[in-house]
Amino acid sequence: MDFNDTQEEAKFRKEASEWLKTNFDKFDSERSATDKSSKSSAEPSKTPMDESKSLELAKKWQTIKYDAGWACLHWPKDYGGRDATPIERVIWSQEESKFPIPGGFFEIGQGMAGPVMMMYATEEQKKEHLPPMAKGEKIWCQLFSEPGAGSDLAGIKTKAELDGDTWTINGQKVWTSGAHYSDWGILVTRSDFDAPKHKGLTYFFLDMKSPGIEIRPIKQINGGANFNEVYFTDVKIPDSQRLGDVGDGWRVALTTLMNERLAVGDASGVDFKEIFELAKENDFYGEPAVKNSAVREKLADWYCEYSGLKNTKMRRISALSKGDTPGPEASITKIVSANKLQDIANFGMDILDQAGINSDGNMKYHGSLLGAPLIRIAGGTDEILRNIIAEQVLGMPQDVRLDKNVPFNEIPTGDKSN
Amino acid sequence: MNFEFSDEQMAMKEEVKKLLDKENSLKRNRTILEGEEKFDKELWDSLVAMGLTAVTIPEEYGGIGMGYLELCVIAEELGRAIAPVPYSSSVYLATTAILNCADEELKKAYLPKLASGEIIGTFAHAESSGFPLEKSINCNYTSGKISGLKAAVPDADVADFAIVSAKNDSGVGLYLIDLNTDKTKISSLDTFDPSRSHANLDISEAAAKELVSDGWLEIEKILDQSAVLFSFEQIGGAEAAMNMAKDYAQGRYAFGRSIASFQAIKHKVADMYISLQLARSNCYFGAWALSNEAAELPTAAATARVSATKAFYECSKENIQTHGGMGATWEFDCHLFYRRSRLLASNIGSQGVWKEKLISSIEKSNLQI
Repeated sequence: MDFNDTQEEAKFRKEASEWLKTNFDKFDSERSATDKSSKSSAEPSKTPMDESKSLELAKKWQTIKYDAGWACLHWPKDYGGRDATPIERVIWSQEESKFPIPGGFFEIGQGMAGPVMMMYATEEQKKEHLPPMAKGEKIWCQLFSEPGAGSDLAGIKTKAELDGDTWTINGQKVWTSGAHYSDWGILVTRSDFDAPKHKGLTYFFLDMKSPGIEIRPIKQINGGANFNEVYFTDVKIPDSQRLGDVGDGWRVALTTLMNERLAVGDASGVDFKEIFELAKENDFYGEPAVKNSAVREKLADWYCEYSGLKNTKMRRISALSKGDTPGPEASITKIVSANKLQDIANFGMDILDQAGINSDGNMKYHGSLLGAPLIRIAGGTDEILRNIIAEQVLGMPQDVRLDKNVPFNEIPTGDKSN
Repeated sequence: MNFEFSDEQMAMKEEVKKLLDKENSLKRNRTILEGEEKFDKELWDSLVAMGLTAVTIPEEYGGIGMGYLELCVIAEELGRAIAPVPYSSSVYLATTAILNCADEELKKAYLPKLASGEIIGTFAHAESSGFPLEKSINCNYTSGKISGLKAAVPDADVADFAIVSAKNDSGVGLYLIDLNTDKTKISSLDTFDPSRSHANLDISEAAAKELVSDGWLEIEKILDQSAVLFSFEQIGGAEAAMNMAKDYAQGRYAFGRSIASFQAIKHKVADMYISLQLARSNCYFGAWALSNEAAELPTAAATARVSATKAFYECSKENIQTHGGMGATWEFDCHLFYRRSRLLASNIGSQGVWKEKLISSIEKSNLQI
C-alpha cells in the first residue's frame, strides 16, 4: 500500500501540472484584465447575464485545452481526444481541480452524449460532431425525463413518427439541464405505442435550433434555473440522425445512463470542514459548540462518512491504476454525499440558531439545504440507486413488474403520471 | 498509487479463509458458546501451525517478521468466521505491547513463545464500568509488585500472562504479570458472547515486570494500533452477516415471490453494503497508517473503528430482521454475529469513546481535512 504514483504516472502528472500552471495563469490574467467580476462556475449564476459570461469563459478555456491536446483525454485522437488511459484521466482531473477553472457546461455532452455517439453514430457523424464537442464549441443536452417518466424512464410518451426519411417529433421533455444554451441534444422517443414498454423506443440526436422546439426554464427551490421544460411540436429529424435501430432505443439509453452514473460525483456544498469550523466559531450554551458532546458525536459520524467516501475514491483510483474498469459500486457516492450535505446544512442552521434564518452571511447553509433535495433526486434518486446496488452489485432479483410484455398503451397510468 | 493489499497478502487471506472454512469455524463458535470450554484449542493450534501468531514478530525472536498489513487481512478472516480463539488479546494487544515497549530481556523471554503459540497473552486495562482515563486507574505498582482489580479482561482465564496498566509515582505504566500464580485470583464471567471468554482479575502483590513507567501515551498507541485490527475483524463479520441476509432473502418466498425482490429488503441490504463499503475504505486507510507508523494513525484508527463498529452493528441486527422470527431463534446462526458484533464494540472502548477520540485527534492534529 502506498499513495505514490508509478514512474509513468508521475511523469504524466508533472507534464499536466506544468501545462496547467503556465496556461491557466496566462488565461486567468487575460481574463481578470478584461473582467474583474467574473466568477468560477462553483458559484451558481444568479442572472442570465452571469451565465452567458461564464459560458463564454468556459468555452475559451476549453478551446485552449483542446488546441494543446488536453480535452476529453480518454477519447481517441481522431475525435479530438488524447488516447489517454483511465488513470491518466484521473490524474488530469486531480491536477485541473487545483485551479479555479470555469466549467459546468460540457459534462453532459462529453460525459454522456459523446460515448453514445462513439458507439452508435456513423464514422462521418463522429468526425463531424465529436471534435467540436471536445473543443467546447458545441454544447449538448440530454432530453430524457418527461413529466410522467422520471425514475421509470422507459415510460416516456414523446412520439416519433416516420414518413419517408424524416421523423416527426411531438411531446414534452423535462429536467433538461442547459437546454437553453445547447446546440445539440440526444433524445429518446416512443416510436411504437403498441409494443411493450421497453421495445417501442427510438433514440436520436438533433439540432436544438430546429423549428418547433420551445424551451422554458424551471425555477428550482434554491432560486436557480439550470433545468428546462422542452416542448416538441412537429419537430423534424432526418432518419440519418437515429442512433441504434428503430425500437432499440432503450438499449442506447442504458449506455447513456451507465455513463451518467460515472459522471455524477460528490454533492458539492457544505461538508465536514465547514461544519467543524462553524462549531468552533459559534457558542452553544455558554461554550463553543464543538465542546458539546452531542455536537462532537455528530461531527464524528460525518467525518467517518467524509473520510469513507474519500478513501473509497482512492480505492477506485487504485483499481483504475491497475487497469480495472469501475463498476456500479460507485453508486454509493451520491447517496452518501447528498444525504450528508442535507444533514450538515440542517445542523449548521441549528448551530446558528435564530440568527441563522438571515440569508445574509449564511447563504452557504441556506444554499446547501435548498440544493440537497434536488441532488438526492437528480441522476438517479436515492431509491433507484439502492435498487442498482441491490441488483447490480449484490445480485438480488428485480422487483416484480406489472408493465413487462404488456403493450405500452395498455399499461395502467394514474393521475400523477399524465 | 496502490491502495490495495498486495497479491501475496490477498493469497495469505485466502489461505486463512480456507483453513477457517475447512475447520468449520462457525460450528466451533457455537460449540464454545454452548459448552464449558473457554476457547477452541484445536482451532487455535491450527492457526498457530499456520504461523499466524508469529506474523508481526521479527525473525530474531522466532517470528516470521511480516508486517501489520498481513495482520489486517488475517483479522478480517477471523472476523468473518467469528473464530472462538484468543487471537486479538494475544496478538493485536499483548504481542504489540511487548514489541513496542519491552526491553531486550523481556522480548527474548516472551516473543519466541508467543510466536510458537506456547503461551497466550492478554491486555488488562479497564477496571470498572466506563472507559479508563489516566486519572481513574487504581491498580497500583510499588516495589516490583502490582495490586488491584481489572474488570472483564478478555481471555484472562486462558492466558498465561497479562500486560496490565497500573499507576506508579510518575504516572500510569505498563507491566507484565504471570497469571499462573496464586497472586492473581481469576474469576470467569458469564458474558454477552460466551464464544470468547472473559474474567475479572483480583491482583494482590503479584510480581510485575515493567515495560514502561510513564506509559499513558504508549497505552493510547497500543489501543490505536489494535483498533485498526479490531476494525478489520468487524468488517469481516459485517460482510458475513450481510451475505447471510442476502442469501436467506433470495431463498425465502412470501406472497408468491422471493423476498429479495421486495424493495424493503433490497434497500435494507443496500444500506448494509453502503455502511460496509465506507467502513472498509476507512479500514484500508487505517491499515496504511498502521503499517507506515504514520502521524495520521490516531485519526485513521478512530475513523476505521467508529465506522466498522457501526457497520457490524447494522449488518448483524438487520440480518436477524431479514430472517424474520427464525433469525431470533437459538438454532439459527444470526445471533452468533449479533453477539460478536457487540463484544467487539465493547472491547478496547465503546463507540462513544472512539468518537470522542476521533474528534480530539482532529482538533489536535491540524491534519488537512
